[in-house]
Amino acid sequence: MQSQLLVQLIINGLIIGTLYGVVGMCFVLIYKASQVVNFAQGEFLLIGAWVCWWLLTAWDIPFFWGFLIAIAFMMVFGILVQMVVLRPLIGEPIISVIMVTIGLSIFFQALMKWMFGTFAQPFPPIFPVAQVNILGLQVQTAYLMSTGVSLAIMAGFAWFFKYSKMGLAMRATAFSQQVAQSLGISVRQVFALSWGISAAVSAVAGVVVGIVNGVSSALSFFGIKVFPAVILGGLDSVFGAVVGGLIVGLLENLAQFVDSQYLKWGNLYEIAPFYALILILMIKPYGLFGTRDIERV
Amino acid sequence: MAMTSLRPCGDYRTSYQADQTIFSTRLTLILIVAAIVALCFAPMFLSRYVLSLMIQIGYLGIAALGLNILVGFSGQISIGHAVFFGFGGFASAYLANKGVPVPLAIVLAGLWTTIVGLIFGLPAARVKGLYLAIATLAAQFILQDFFVRAEWFTGGTHGAMAPPFELFGYDLSGDTRYFYVVLFFVVVMYLGATNLMRTRDGRALIAVRDHYLSAEMMGVNLTKYRTMAFGISSFYAGIGGALYAHYIGFMSVEGLDILFSIQFLGMIIIGGLGSIMGSLMGTIFMVLLPELTGMLASALQGSTIDQVLHLKDGITYMREMLIGATIILFLIFEPDGLAHRWRLIKAYWKLYPFSY
Repeated sequence: MQSQLLVQLIINGLIIGTLYGVVGMCFVLIYKASQVVNFAQGEFLLIGAWVCWWLLTAWDIPFFWGFLIAIAFMMVFGILVQMVVLRPLIGEPIISVIMVTIGLSIFFQALMKWMFGTFAQPFPPIFPVAQVNILGLQVQTAYLMSTGVSLAIMAGFAWFFKYSKMGLAMRATAFSQQVAQSLGISVRQVFALSWGISAAVSAVAGVVVGIVNGVSSALSFFGIKVFPAVILGGLDSVFGAVVGGLIVGLLENLAQFVDSQYLKWGNLYEIAPFYALILILMIKPYGLFGTRDIERV
Repeated sequence: MAMTSLRPCGDYRTSYQADQTIFSTRLTLILIVAAIVALCFAPMFLSRYVLSLMIQIGYLGIAALGLNILVGFSGQISIGHAVFFGFGGFASAYLANKGVPVPLAIVLAGLWTTIVGLIFGLPAARVKGLYLAIATLAAQFILQDFFVRAEWFTGGTHGAMAPPFELFGYDLSGDTRYFYVVLFFVVVMYLGATNLMRTRDGRALIAVRDHYLSAEMMGVNLTKYRTMAFGISSFYAGIGGALYAHYIGFMSVEGLDILFSIQFLGMIIIGGLGSIMGSLMGTIFMVLLPELTGMLASALQGSTIDQVLHLKDGITYMREMLIGATIILFLIFEPDGLAHRWRLIKAYWKLYPFSY
C-alpha cells in the first residue's frame, strides 16, 4: 500500500514537474531576453485557461480550435503587456520593474475573479476515457496529454533557440543587447516577442492544468511555485528551469508522502518548496546551471 | 525670522548643521507642531468613522514607514511585509495574555519581530535585488503557514484575543481614546525615522542603496547594514501590527496574505520611495482608495453602469484591481510618488511668478 502510494506520488510529481518546467522555461525566457522578473507569470496561465474555457462553454467551439484561439490571443496579449506596461520602464531600477509585474499580477487576478467568479469551473469533457491504466497505476488522460504537450514544447524550445533565426536573435540579445543591436537585431521586437511566446506557452500549461483540476484563480499560484524551480535551476538557464521544475514537482509530492505517513502536519505539500528555496538562496544563489556572475553582496 | 523660513528650491545648504536639521525651516517645525496639536483636539469634532480611518492610517503608516526604510532608503525589496506586521500583532497579543502590561507588550512585540526579521534578513547578507525579493516571498508563505500551525502562539486558525490597551489602570480602548495612543506612536516612530536618517547609520543605509561598491570602499559594512535595515523595518512592522491587534481586540491569520504585503509596497510607491512623509501620504491614499470606491459604487447604485457590471458583487475585486492599477500607473508616470509632486507644488509657489 505504502510503496504503491509512493510510486503514484512520484509519477504525479514527474507530471506536475514537467508542467513547472514548462512554466519555468517561459519565466526564464522573459528573464533572459529582457531582464524582467515576471511575477505575473501565473496570471498568464490563468487568463489563457479562462479564455479557452469561455470559448468552449459559451461558444461551443471544438476544443482544438478553442485551444488555438486562446494561444493566439495570449500571444497578442503578452506582446501588448510588454509594449504598454514594460516598455516605458526600460532602464528603471529593478525594484520598479518587479513592482510593476506584481501590480499586473494582482490587477489581472482580480479582473479574472470579477469576470468569471471565484469557484473552480470544470472544462467540458475532452477525452473519451478519463483515466488510463499504465502498469497497474491509474493515470489521468489529461495528465498524459500534458506530459506529451510539455515534452513537445521543450523540444520546440530547443529547436527554436538552436536553429531558427528569431531564436538566435533572442540568444544574441540575452548575451549582450548592445552587440545584438549593432548586428541589426531589433531589440524591441525581441523583447515583445519573448513576452508573446512566454504568455502563449504559459497558456498551454494553464489549459492543461485547467482540464485536470478545473479553472480557478488557484492557477495563478503556479506563477509563485515556479520561483523555487527557476532559482534551483539557475535563473538564466532554460535547461535548468526544466530540471528545477522536475525536482520541485518531486519534492512536493515526496513531502506529501512523508507528511501523510509520518509527520501528519498537513500542508507540507504547499510549503516544502519554499523552505528549499530559502536553503538554495543561502547556499547556492545562482542555482545548478545558472551563470555565476550574479552579483553577490 | 521671516527670511529664514523661506528657502529656495534645490540644495543650498552650506553647513553640516543645516544638512542635519530635522525640520528644514522654522515654519515647517511650527506647522508640524500645530498639526499635531490640532490632531489632539480632533476626537472632539470628528465622527467615529473618520477617527477609525485615521487610526487605520496611523498603524498602517508606521508599518509602511518600516518598509520604506527597507525599500526606499536601503534599496532592498521585501514582498513579505504583511507577515511581519502579523507577527507583531500575534506577539503582542500573546505577551499581553501572559500578563505583560499592554504598552510594554507592544514594544516587546516590536523587538520580537525585529529578531524574526533579522533571521529572514540573513539571506539579505548574501543575495540582493530580485533574489532578495524571492527570498522574502518565501518568508511570506513560510510565516503564514507557521501562523496557522503554531496554536500555542497564535491560536491557529481561530486567532488570538488581544486585551484592550491600558495605561496605569486607565482604559484607553475605543476609537476616541485609542486615537491618542496611535498618534503618540506615529509621532515617536516618524521622529525616530527622521532622526535615524541623520545619523551615521542612516547615511550608511543610503550609501548602500546608491552605490554599494563605493559604500564598501568607504568603510561601510554592507552585511551589517543590509541586515540592520531588515531589523529596523521589522521593528516598525511589529509595532504597527501590535497597535492593530489591540485596536481590533483580535488577531487572526486572515488577511495577512500576499495581497496585504503588496498593499504595503503600493503605499510606499505611491507615497514616494525614500521619503518619510511620503510613507504617510501613500498610506492615506491607500486607506482612502477603497473608501472612495465604495462611495462611488453606492453612488452609481441602480444606474445602467451598475446593472451592466454588477458593481455590488465586484466591489472587492474592483478594489484589488485599483490597487494594482495605481501601482502600475504611479510607476510609469510618477515614479517618485506623491512626495515628489508635493515638492514640485512647494517649489512652484516659492518661485511664483518667476519660475525660471
